[in-house]
Amino acid sequence: MDLKKRSRLMQQFIFVGPTSLFFFVIVLIPFFLGLYYSFTSWNGISRHVEWTGLRNYIHIFTKDPSFLNSFWFTARFTFFGLVLTNLLGFMLAYVLTRKLFTRNLLRTVFFVPHVIGGLLLGFIWQFIFVRGFASVGQATGWSFFNLPWLGTGATSFWAIVIVFVWQNAGYLMVIYISAINNVPQGLIEASKVDGAGRMQALRHVTLPLVMPAVTVCLFLSISWSFKLFDLNLSLTKGGPFKATESVALNIYNEAYTISRFGMGSAKAMIFFVIVAIISLLQVRATKKREVEL
Amino acid sequence: METTAKKFNVSLLLAELLMILLALVFLVPFYFLLANSVKSYSEILSDSAALPSVLQWNNYAEAWKATDFPHAFLNSLVVTVTSNVLLAFLCSMCAYKMVRNNSRYNRMLYVALVAAMVIPFQAIMIPLVQIVSRLGVMDSTAGLILAYLGFGAPMTVFLFHGFVKSVPVDIEEASRVDGSSPYGTFFRIVLPLMQPIIVTVIILNTLWIWNDYLMPSLILQDPVLRTIPIATYSFFGQYTKQWDLALPGLVLGITPVVIFFLLMQKYIIEGIAQGSVKG
Repeated sequence: MDLKKRSRLMQQFIFVGPTSLFFFVIVLIPFFLGLYYSFTSWNGISRHVEWTGLRNYIHIFTKDPSFLNSFWFTARFTFFGLVLTNLLGFMLAYVLTRKLFTRNLLRTVFFVPHVIGGLLLGFIWQFIFVRGFASVGQATGWSFFNLPWLGTGATSFWAIVIVFVWQNAGYLMVIYISAINNVPQGLIEASKVDGAGRMQALRHVTLPLVMPAVTVCLFLSISWSFKLFDLNLSLTKGGPFKATESVALNIYNEAYTISRFGMGSAKAMIFFVIVAIISLLQVRATKKREVEL
Repeated sequence: METTAKKFNVSLLLAELLMILLALVFLVPFYFLLANSVKSYSEILSDSAALPSVLQWNNYAEAWKATDFPHAFLNSLVVTVTSNVLLAFLCSMCAYKMVRNNSRYNRMLYVALVAAMVIPFQAIMIPLVQIVSRLGVMDSTAGLILAYLGFGAPMTVFLFHGFVKSVPVDIEEASRVDGSSPYGTFFRIVLPLMQPIIVTVIILNTLWIWNDYLMPSLILQDPVLRTIPIATYSFFGQYTKQWDLALPGLVLGITPVVIFFLLMQKYIIEGIAQGSVKG
């Protein structure tokens, strides 16, 4: 009996032990340490860590317009990123589930930007916005291409949105394709027999049935755009004049450019709370929809 | 009947043409990148939309040297493959035991892992660097892999956990009756059954780890250890606006992952579709 208990403990240790250990050391302990640092004025170097209570948090909300600006930027970016990526992704999926000759090739083309990391994509597009668009503008005379794309806050905002949509629409397309393929053909044909047009079948049959995929895609695009970092860093570095600084980049700069680790930790905790709230709301919306189905 | 069939084909053809046009627009960035990567600096400045007049392959030779490409490639490969193998191996074991042994510790661990999926990397990065250096693995490949194991664990365990729940216990019991140890049961019976989810997990983790910039930039300093994103970043800082060097460097940087994608396309697409259902 004792031997059996020991064997069971040993199994638990071997199967669950390593992952638990890595998770504790890399995620949980740093998370709670970060929570502690957010109440201090630690600069990352000195041995002495001074407890300052809520001072960092108060400072962020009352005297740090850069953080609030980065939040405003991130919120706007999330809205447009989310809407445009999902619209384009769904549209691509809807057309590419029809019997086109080139549909497999087309799916590949639309997906390929996603496999290249955000950092390299940002550099590639930096060249295109600075030199490529200018050349096209000269040749065609279209004012769209002659805008100072990375030169003003407003155009830089749309520059990042364009690259983000180009990068991620294909990924959502893949998810929407598999959802559309799972809609029983019989239902669509039945609705056509009943006199529904293509648009009506889309609205009243396909769309309700792919709702679970919509939820997944919304969740993914919210989380990607809210955590925007690599693309932001390499494309605009948050400029011009911090106009396109995402929250993630703002926290990074606070910690590593100005070396205010305590302040950076407080910002990170606020960021965490907001991400957590958004995720919880999302999960609740999902659950609700599942009941309805 | 005939007219509807004809109409249908016309609309299909139109859809096809429109999509091809859109695909070409999607590919334009790659045209700019490739065409200008083989131009001389003055030619890039005079007209970056035109095709190159003379192919300057020398640009690539210089970028190859300046980025120390073979090193960066090898580093990325070692980090990605090792992290992937360990994550898939350890997390599948962990998730399996968590499902089959519903103890209080395992339930709590599961809740903690799921909750931790919400933690953005910025919320742990500052103390993480401190802990990695306390452990004495700062500025080493091992330290980077360790960090990926920890930060990748929540999502990976979550995906495996969902899958194991759908695996029937009957086969395992049969193998135990036949005299197999718990370890033998896992490795010979359960692990092979988990193949589809293992493929999904490896694909999702590969896309993430290969392209990640922030984690290696915090943990690695030695230029010899640089992965491709870091090598590209420091290369760009050094050769800002020297496009005749920077563009071929970018092409070198994206080539491995694009080739990987084209070879594994079928699995990647399936894996993502599956992962989205589970996640």
